Amino acid sequence: MTQPSRQPRKRIILGAYLGGVNHHTVWSAPEADSQIAFSSFRHLAQTVERGKFDFFFLAEGLAIRERLGRFFDQDVVGRPDTLPVLAALAGVTEHLGLIGTINATFNEPYELARQLSSLDHLSDGRAGWNVVTSFDAFTGQNFRRGGFLHRDDRYVRADEFLTVARQLWDSWPEDAIEADKESGRFLRPEHADAGRFAFSGKQFEIAGRFTTPRSPQGRPVVLQAGVSPHGRDFAVARADAIFSPFHRLDEAQEFYRDIQRRAARAGRPPGAVKVLPSASFVLGDTEAEAAERQREIARQQVSGRTAQILLEAVWNRDLSGYDPDGPLPDVEPDVEGPRIIQGRAVIHQDARQTAAEWRELAEAKGFSLRELAIHLFSRTEFVGTPEQVADRLDSFVQNEGSDGFILGSHLTPTGLDEFVDRVIPLLQERGAVRTEYTGTTLREHLGLPST
Amino acid sequence: MTSSHLPPNGSPLLDTPLHLAVALDGAGWHPAAWRESRARPDELTGARYWADLVRTAESGLLDLVTIEDALALQPTVPDGPDDRLDRVRGRLDAVLIASRVAPLTRHIGLIPTATTTHTEPFHVSKAIATLDHVSLGRAGLRAQVSRPVENAHFGRRELGEVSLADPGTPAARAFVAEHFGEAEDFLEVVRRLWDSWEDDAEIRDAATGRFIDRDKLHTVDFQGRWFSVRGPSIVPRPPQGQPPVAVLAHESLPYRLGARQADVVFVTPRDVEQARAIVAEIRAEQSAAGRERDTVHVFADLVVLLADTAEAAQERLARLDERAGAPIASDALVFAGTAAELADTLLAWQRAGLTGYRLRPAVLPDDLDAVVGRLVPELQRRGAFRTAYGEETLRSRLGLPHPANRYATPAG
Ligand SMILES: Cc1cc2nc3c(=O)[nH]c(=O)nc-3n(C[C@H](O)[C@H](O)[C@H](O)COP(=O)(O)O)c2cc1C
Repeated sequence: MTQPSRQPRKRIILGAYLGGVNHHTVWSAPEADSQIAFSSFRHLAQTVERGKFDFFFLAEGLAIRERLGRFFDQDVVGRPDTLPVLAALAGVTEHLGLIGTINATFNEPYELARQLSSLDHLSDGRAGWNVVTSFDAFTGQNFRRGGFLHRDDRYVRADEFLTVARQLWDSWPEDAIEADKESGRFLRPEHADAGRFAFSGKQFEIAGRFTTPRSPQGRPVVLQAGVSPHGRDFAVARADAIFSPFHRLDEAQEFYRDIQRRAARAGRPPGAVKVLPSASFVLGDTEAEAAERQREIARQQVSGRTAQILLEAVWNRDLSGYDPDGPLPDVEPDVEGPRIIQGRAVIHQDARQTAAEWRELAEAKGFSLRELAIHLFSRTEFVGTPEQVADRLDSFVQNEGSDGFILGSHLTPTGLDEFVDRVIPLLQERGAVRTEYTGTTLREHLGLPST
Repeated sequence: MTSSHLPPNGSPLLDTPLHLAVALDGAGWHPAAWRESRARPDELTGARYWADLVRTAESGLLDLVTIEDALALQPTVPDGPDDRLDRVRGRLDAVLIASRVAPLTRHIGLIPTATTTHTEPFHVSKAIATLDHVSLGRAGLRAQVSRPVENAHFGRRELGEVSLADPGTPAARAFVAEHFGEAEDFLEVVRRLWDSWEDDAEIRDAATGRFIDRDKLHTVDFQGRWFSVRGPSIVPRPPQGQPPVAVLAHESLPYRLGARQADVVFVTPRDVEQARAIVAEIRAEQSAAGRERDTVHVFADLVVLLADTAEAAQERLARLDERAGAPIASDALVFAGTAAELADTLLAWQRAGLTGYRLRPAVLPDDLDAVVGRLVPELQRRGAFRTAYGEETLRSRLGLPHPANRYATPAG
């Protein structure tokens, strides 16, 4: 029905993330540097600002992962706290949006809304919040109220959280502060009670005065990550953008259409909810060289041990006895027992079905355990020469796979250097990305209406 | 000229260096500060304002700045806020202000205020650890219990309604006891989380495929009356190991909290005798807590308002008080005078056992400029203050050793 090629060209939205805690970064590479040191964050942020990216993005995890009751030691472990890093980056960048992933379950609206508003002030309007809801009792053990929220209630809380946050962000009129030294009026008389709020719901019953004057964007940009039907409805009701995991064009288009449909039903105008999948790339001077590099990177990302562990997340069994270069485990997933891997988001709801699908896939392609894991998890979606990668990114967006990408690389922190140097100019040439920042706020970068 | 200010014993250089901090809050500590000609009342939530202030403080070689905060609007009355139009209202999160200015400064310590009552110790611990990573070892934490008015912002009904209008009532006393008890547990958890990664936990051992040595990560398994926290932190051990912890204390329970959990206690004596008594009380609590070997700084807080002559300073104060409609009400002594007189006072009070001062500029940037431009050179002339930054981290500047990790296992 849709004829994407006839539609006006869409500009590609670009975000960048610094590979956090996962198997995606190749920490053993000689050029790999700290995922904690501020110099790494500054390097990546300043590089992508040079490439006129829309924003810098951080993921979140609130517990150190464990396997069989012991801390993970194979992949990158340890990450900095989101908001202080973003605030510090605001000091060393000028235009780049700064989006942090922060849990709605283990935070309180009054505190988090003021932190996000503070970031918006301190960055002159560049703040964004990626709302996640993931929780489990394991993560809850790090918090004073513990794993107090039933799984079904997490979007109820997130939904109320957003309602309250908006109320707080809107509680100071834009012109509340007069600061007239002569008359001695700091607040305008008609706004003597600036910040007053009251909310009564299932999750929150709070009232008082908000501390933080209206921020440059009014409301920081809101993203949502979570793709269940519940998550999708939450996103179209509440968010400016949705962070998705779909990189195959057919899957991505289906998701994109679904979000547009749901958004329209929720009364949002077309284009109001941006769809932004995570993506990574590998470049080479020739197609063959890029493919060879990708194979090499994938083997570094997914060692035999890592492959076993990635499959353990579904099998829920110790798979260390299975040969990574041999066939898939000959047993069924243990769906009854306690989770042997703790602190990693459970993506696969139905473990038995997932295992069956993977077996089928491995058989059809002749994959070993490790080859399957590489196929599923090595995550380098755009592989080729700079021209090919530019072309594929552009056509993915023009064909309604997404509105842009949140790009990461296997190398911290210099992995996006060559993208900015070699791919961005090609995208700029074809008018797919900006050549200069035209706005100052993240909302303006993303083409979102002001609040 | 200089010699007349030498201490009576004639020694120009005191054995122990004087530590100097500045407390930043809004437009300054006088309620009418924002109306002064150089005040920037419409920039109080802007990054440039804070960067300018902290850079100025750094140009004066000060040990550290603190940044005030609370989870409520600024109060005029104990149970505030109120609807007054003539006072500064509105503020930003102090940890984020400190983080924002960290990469723009190189030496000065950054101690934001964080509330211990409604916040999660896990979040606060990782935020300060991150500030320490971002600032390369210059972070600290000022822990503060919240006022009753903040309860409604969090809906924790179990905390109940209490008036602090009269701090002597049994309800007010119970409130203080409860909240300081919780604060002590809070700081214990924050400190354990800072230790939950040993210094060298990240090994990046390509040969064995291990990124960390997992035996150097530790759960903290805190179980207390108010909360329990498992750990470990998600943030690797901060550069200072334990960023310095500060508390402001006005009476015995808070002194005890400071003696047990803090590295710096800010106190508010009115004269040298009171300073001596407070220091003695804190030292006694410190021994009772088994911390007599630890360095616990006691800094006196003073609101400072400086001018070229004592008369001019008094006139400034009178003018500000008149504009505010009442004399400034302060927990700390309000010092109005010349930089030389202030230097006299600081050095005289130091003999009560104080190890430093936290000066609260009455007006920003005026009194901060005077501290940096007048007081610091005056102290330097008397050999009582550093002439260059030496130490790299805030801890080392405060003479605190790199802390042992409570979970560290001897190598072997
Ligand atoms: C692309 C994507 C990124 C996510 N990133 C995070 C993250 O950084 N931290 C986190 O705690 N959860 C993250 N999540 C988990 C989601 O917040 C959510 O809990 C999870 O997807 C389950 O919700 P759902 O059933 O609606 O998909 C992410 C999810 C997606 C799809």
